[in-house]
Amino acid sequence: MAVDYASLKKGGFMRQKQRDNFSVRLKVVGGSMTAEQLRTIAEIAQKYGDGHVHLTSRQGVEIPFIKLEDIEAVKAELSAGGVSVGVCGPRVRTVTACQGSAVCPSGCIDTYALALDISERYFGRELPHKFKFGVTGCMNNCLKAEENDVGIKGGCLIEWKRDDCALCGVCVKACREKALSVEDGEIKLDEGRCNYCGRCVKSCPADAWHGEPAYILSFGGLFGNKIATGKAVIPIVLDRETMFRAADAAVDFFSRHGIPGERFRSSIERTGWDALKAAIEEEARVHA
Amino acid sequence: MRDLGADASVDITDVVCPVTFVKTKIALEELDPGQTISIRMNDGEPVRNVPRSVKEEGHRILKLTDNRDGTYSLIVRKSADQA
Repeated sequence: MAVDYASLKKGGFMRQKQRDNFSVRLKVVGGSMTAEQLRTIAEIAQKYGDGHVHLTSRQGVEIPFIKLEDIEAVKAELSAGGVSVGVCGPRVRTVTACQGSAVCPSGCIDTYALALDISERYFGRELPHKFKFGVTGCMNNCLKAEENDVGIKGGCLIEWKRDDCALCGVCVKACREKALSVEDGEIKLDEGRCNYCGRCVKSCPADAWHGEPAYILSFGGLFGNKIATGKAVIPIVLDRETMFRAADAAVDFFSRHGIPGERFRSSIERTGWDALKAAIEEEARVHA
Repeated sequence: MRDLGADASVDITDVVCPVTFVKTKIALEELDPGQTISIRMNDGEPVRNVPRSVKEEGHRILKLTDNRDGTYSLIVRKSADQA
């Protein structure tokens, strides 16, 4: 019987250069795994592989040197150990994330919870080409949001609470964009300069800055054969529902306009950024 | 150079990140809970980051003073629940 490599690849089994050997891609969301899952992976790598695993560039784990005849056994044992296989090919790939506000002092949004929701909604969806989501918690951008087809970056929409402020000036110095100043016993915010990093909120000794978590989206990032930075098409988004509607619009746009084998970026450039912007604005009901 | 009213002082203008915060932490460790310290730091990176780090360690920032000589003094009260 002929081996159906395409369907194996779709299911995360990637053919190696060594005949009848496969590198098994596992499903990892937001770079987070339990110790129990890691134990399962270690056992399978020793039992069926050559005793090593590969950590991929996008927070994935692959177990190489799995033999063709062991594929079904490996799938069953992974599943029993709470580990799912990943995907390859023209579909939505691993959703990556930094640790975000659940762990990191700099985080503005709960990236891990968001990555799980994004993965739940889009993972494995068939599209004209691979499609990547990345979620980063703040402006430090440890997760490199803009190199993804859709990047999500946490930000803070800030509001000064006059009654709590001691006018100590710590926030003025903490701001790297020079958006804040003290004038006549007030903190002045130059909104045009604010980049939503939230450093004023994080540094304020009196908690006199309120920071509302928000999402900064970018579209059309690439970091492979072609390299391009994802672009912001809509202003910062304040709620998850709008964020998801904007992401839906991007995925639908690619599904409708993309040519098989063409990355999202190329589809956008061929169709026009204005068309993407209009589609997102209509679906997300946001306007610049 | 001791700030009037503070129980102790430390000058971190002679070091750069991350030693600025290390020196600050050591100085804070030598205090009793509730005592205050004046930390003299350079403008730029130190004053941008040290106050936030002190806050994240759970101490209370009372004041930031511009010394008008390219340095700032941060007055901090040591957290009551840290020995």
